[in-house]
Amino acid sequence: MRDADIRVNWPLCEGRGVCHELLPEVIDRDPWGYPVVNGPVPARLRPAAKDAVRDCPKLALRLVDQPKKTG
Amino acid sequence: MLDTVTRNISQGPLLWYLNRGSGIALLLVLTVTLSLGILSARDGRGRLVPRFVGQQLHRNLGVLSLVLVVGHVFTAVVDTYVDIRWWQALSPVGATYKPLWLGLGSIAFDVMLLVVLTSWMRQRLGQRAWHTVHLLGYLSWPLAMVHSVGIGTDATSAWGRQVGLACIAAVAAAAVLRVSTDVVLGRRRLAPMREVSR
Repeated sequence: MRDADIRVNWPLCEGRGVCHELLPEVIDRDPWGYPVVNGPVPARLRPAAKDAVRDCPKLALRLVDQPKKTG
Repeated sequence: MLDTVTRNISQGPLLWYLNRGSGIALLLVLTVTLSLGILSARDGRGRLVPRFVGQQLHRNLGVLSLVLVVGHVFTAVVDTYVDIRWWQALSPVGATYKPLWLGLGSIAFDVMLLVVLTSWMRQRLGQRAWHTVHLLGYLSWPLAMVHSVGIGTDATSAWGRQVGLACIAAVAAAAVLRVSTDVVLGRRRLAPMREVSR
């Protein structure tokens, strides 16, 4: 399975921190509590990433498949 | 043979016991569900457990309360001692047995159904629509409480009253905690949660 990207909808995000709790490997928090996405979501973390997307209290996260590598 | 069994169950006191038991259990589960919901939007500082714990417990107990309420309605309807029909579980009016108290319970049930169904479809509904409907959930608990006081067999017993008062105390405590953190932290909300490293 390909890696996926976590996208944050910034106007919706309130920095509650649920995504960091559920996906600490990929998402850090800045000093104000807002998420800092460190990189793509590897396949083995995809279930946790889906939980993070589902459980965001503001529905401010999206999981987007990275485009297929060509060439 | 089977007829005798079903007749004995629908006419004996077993269903009545189950109905009372599921009602009390439902009140307790609804109380915890609502309290967790009230606390969910509190500021994250100084939490005893991670946020997702309370959140997932809130969701699972919400589903459990729906399961319990279906059992609660089932035992009330199948019991032939009181005249309660299937449709009266959903309709706020038209009941023959204690129509006011039964009707309040029906509204509480309708709201629970609506809240669980819309939460299940939250991704498709979108945050605003889901949240608006979800706030209706605040109606369910007080309605269920008044329903149990008005119609509950155990509401007049000492232990029944104690359970009811404990439920009210739990929700009140959650509300006070939520409002006080909002007031206290309102001024500090823009401050960083931890030291900014330079």
